[in-house]
Amino acid sequence: MGVNQSLGGNVTVTSLDKLVNWTRKSSIWPMTFGLACCAIEMMATGASHNDLDRFGIIFRASPRQADCIIIAGTVTKKMLPVIKTVYEQMPEPKWVVAMGACACSGGIFDTYSVVQGIDEALPVDVYIPGCPPRPEALLFGLTKLQDKIMGEANSFGSAFGLGDRVSTV
Amino acid sequence: MADTNRAVEKLQGKFAASILEVKEDRGDWIVTVKKEEIVAVLAFLKKECAFSMLTDVTAVDYQGKLEDRFMMVYQLTSVANKDRIRIKAPVSESDCRIESATQAFASANWLEREVFDLFGITFDKHPDLRRILMTQDWVGHPLRKDYPLQGPDREPYKGRLS
Repeated sequence: MGVNQSLGGNVTVTSLDKLVNWTRKSSIWPMTFGLACCAIEMMATGASHNDLDRFGIIFRASPRQADCIIIAGTVTKKMLPVIKTVYEQMPEPKWVVAMGACACSGGIFDTYSVVQGIDEALPVDVYIPGCPPRPEALLFGLTKLQDKIMGEANSFGSAFGLGDRVSTV
Repeated sequence: MADTNRAVEKLQGKFAASILEVKEDRGDWIVTVKKEEIVAVLAFLKKECAFSMLTDVTAVDYQGKLEDRFMMVYQLTSVANKDRIRIKAPVSESDCRIESATQAFASANWLEREVFDLFGITFDKHPDLRRILMTQDWVGHPLRKDYPLQGPDREPYKGRLS
């Protein structure tokens, strides 16, 4: 007698970190926030042809429900405080995607009124080049973000106050 | 193309002493007047010459090219007569102020705020003279020729390095 089969076909062994990472990467909810022409491509990526929903990426109209912000467009110095406020309103864990040349570096707008890259204000996880990036590029960037989330350590412990999340990528 | 314009003739009759220059350029009539008379000129054109619409108010910075650094530009449209006229008024840098056209046209309000914001020309008797495009705490007036393109806190672009 005894247990012949130690683990059945419907049981998986994993680490809690991996489980948490997997749930997080499978439900990235970005903030509905567009700034310029990149936002048009972002909307196209969310629409039926490219369909972000199949990745569990569902745009949320409130920063309180979002855990990712896609900086889609030119960030002016006048808009920066608004973006900072929206970012601060998002609960942890949260990620930032800089979409397009303007969000990455200021792009062609090398002028007094434009922030030369959103990384001057927010911690950027993924940079997506392009002017604007095609929906495929945004999808690739979000896949990269998923890879980064999967590589995070201590995501379970940090959820209830034991240390910080550590990115291994 | 007509050699004369009825509104310009009326203007010359009434404000002969204040008109600095009258010019026709590709069908556009351009009248330059002294800045002290600008509100009277605009009000006269509105009441007596049927220029009912103030299409645009803007300014030009002629730094180093003209004696008076700034030139105010007012574009007027007469809907009734299907006519347009451009009124200009020089504003010096030392006395960088002009009467507000809101006394004649209410639509000048935001346009003059834009000129104030970007050129730093003050409009006397304006009802609400605040910056309109830049943030309220912005220092400087970006459309002035001596304002650095990339902002005062950055080293200017010196061309491609490679």
